[in-house]
Amino acid sequence: MTVTAQTGAYRPAPPPQWRPLTDAAPLLPDEHPHRVLGTGAELDPALMSELYTQLVKGRRYNQQATALTKQGRLAVYPSSTGQEACEVAAALVLEERDWLFPSYRDTLAAVARGLDPAQALTLLRGDWHSGYNPLECRIAPLSTPLATQLPHAVGLAHAARLRGDDVVALALVGDGGTSEGDFHEALNFAAVWQAPVVFLVQNNGFAISVPLAKQTAAPTLAHKAVGYGMPGRLVDGNDAVAVHEVLADAVDRARRGGGPTLVEAVTYRMEAHTNADDATRYRGDAEVEAWRAHDPVALLESELTQRGLLDEDGIAAAREAAERMAADLRDGMNAEAELDPMSLFDHVYAEQTTQLREQAEQLRAELAAADEHDAHDEQAQQAQHGQEDGR
Amino acid sequence: MSTAATRRPADATRAAARKPTPLAQALNRAMRDAMAEDPAVHVLGEDVGTLGGVFRVTDGLAKEFGDDRCTDTPLAEAGILGAAVGMAMYGLRPVVEMQFDAFAYPAFEQLVSHVARMRNRTRGALPMPITVRVPYGGGIGGVEHHSDSSEAYYIATPGLHVVTPATVADAYGMLREAIASDDPVVFLEPKRLYWSKDDWDPQAPAAVEPIGRAAVRRTGTSATLLTYGPSVPVCMEAAEAATAEGWDLEVVDLRSLVPFDDETVTASVRRTGRAVVVHESGGFGGPGGEIAARVTERCFHHLEAPVLRVAGFDIPYPPPMLERHHLPGVDRILDAVDRLQWESRWTEGNGR
Repeated sequence: MTVTAQTGAYRPAPPPQWRPLTDAAPLLPDEHPHRVLGTGAELDPALMSELYTQLVKGRRYNQQATALTKQGRLAVYPSSTGQEACEVAAALVLEERDWLFPSYRDTLAAVARGLDPAQALTLLRGDWHSGYNPLECRIAPLSTPLATQLPHAVGLAHAARLRGDDVVALALVGDGGTSEGDFHEALNFAAVWQAPVVFLVQNNGFAISVPLAKQTAAPTLAHKAVGYGMPGRLVDGNDAVAVHEVLADAVDRARRGGGPTLVEAVTYRMEAHTNADDATRYRGDAEVEAWRAHDPVALLESELTQRGLLDEDGIAAAREAAERMAADLRDGMNAEAELDPMSLFDHVYAEQTTQLREQAEQLRAELAAADEHDAHDEQAQQAQHGQEDGR
Repeated sequence: MSTAATRRPADATRAAARKPTPLAQALNRAMRDAMAEDPAVHVLGEDVGTLGGVFRVTDGLAKEFGDDRCTDTPLAEAGILGAAVGMAMYGLRPVVEMQFDAFAYPAFEQLVSHVARMRNRTRGALPMPITVRVPYGGGIGGVEHHSDSSEAYYIATPGLHVVTPATVADAYGMLREAIASDDPVVFLEPKRLYWSKDDWDPQAPAAVEPIGRAAVRRTGTSATLLTYGPSVPVCMEAAEAATAEGWDLEVVDLRSLVPFDDETVTASVRRTGRAVVVHESGGFGGPGGEIAARVTERCFHHLEAPVLRVAGFDIPYPPPMLERHHLPGVDRILDAVDRLQWESRWTEGNGR
């Protein structure tokens, strides 16, 4: 088939004028992660001290929880050792009325926000999925599916704004989580709704074993913000003061109606993904050691010491407080959990269905039969002992 | 105590106000009334605002209650349902629309991993009063991904209520109840019935049986058709046709798949001694298998024949030009009813 040439006959109208509503340039992250420690910048000594105390506690918390895993007290613990600056800054930047949406690695953020250290570990010990009441502490349940908690943060922040409350939601996600569809949908919703929400990506280098380079081809994860129409900020995730500063800006902006922000904190996961993971299969000692030299606790400690805000006594006091917390945590986790099997049927629905009532009766009968069996065994044993004594 | 004489004028007035009303309009009215009564009720989804929904079920809500109460969202089902979770955490009662059955699949993780189990995992602290409206099923000539019957996925997820109206009165009453429920409700709307009309009084919507109760739509003595949603009118038609062959069929509209009304179903099958489960979704792994098993467990000694299933074929939903061969129709139901008789004769021949 030949197409007849009609030179000049087809003159399509030019496309209607359009331009993006948002100018991309101001949304772009800085070229290098924002850093405060070591720059001589003017800082709030009280905030630095608070961050330090919490960092020392956080490091100890991670060590203690890891030890509890080895003792079999916890089914699993995804350690945030090396990432404490992000966890602590995220918790401290929020007001009491704000909400935190943690992922499974963010137990420490919940504890730094004030949650009881043992309660925060209930999910990982295995006695209940959420060991705390989210409404009391304004911390959503630790989310195991990746990035699925981000749209929740957006919805809550949106609802709060509709109700006229100046509440901000801060949602935590890892570098791997940024590949999930829910990450995209949450950021898009947040920007379209201009919801008062802040997304903190803790880029710790690996999604279990997959390194960042195999996770994304973006220049940085903070660049992703531009595509949604929100600012992207890049920060040194091991510099607690810098993370706090960037998050405080973002929270403040959100609270004043300025909309969402995506913050990427560049950090490193010092431990394996969990105790079920062998990190030596996918990374070398040299890399880990290089990051150890950029340790968040040591960085802040040396800055505070240099500024004359911390001495040996101060360090000892912080460590002592951390030891007390660790001892309480050990006691809490070593206490035997009291679990009622019948609670399995609680809270599936507001009112139990007929079907669940029948199943609850079945379990009740099984438990009663087991009790009877145990009692029978005990009697038999006692009779046996009696015979032996009589001999 | 009222007498027939004092009741008559009121009944006459009511009757005069009743008029043929499409099911979609009753759904619309339900949302409008719920939104007017409770400011916490928010409708959100793709196209629900300015357009009023592709089926016009949310027509006029944005105009009446504003964009904040009836919100056009970005095109993202996981985002819609995920945002609804956060809204529910903050005390709102979101009603989300999934537009078409197969469009809901991207939201499955939110539904299964969060919506269904949030109450349970937080020991009652965070109920999820979310209504997920899913227009479902075939028979409207929809192209691929517009006609699935996905109820088996939903009923396999503990924590969800799964309901589906088949009458105009139920469309109103059940949607009101779903929105008022403190639990998440997957509200399956038989889109084939959106334009089917019943006589209904829009000014005084009548109360209906609560969610969790089945309704006997036609009483009969010789076998029970157990069905729901789009297959209810088909079963009613089949029951009428079966009278010519001497069958007096009872038709039970299940209305609610979760929770399931064992009581009504069991009572009916014990009376009739025979049962056929009818639904559009595939038979293998479909709701009919569960229902047949429950009926067998409870009615074994009353049964004259095995419980049969008339379902869609176990195939991906076919293209619209072939869907009439897939959907259970009157003839296929009557064939099954005949097999109930054959089974009976066969067992008699074996000395029963």
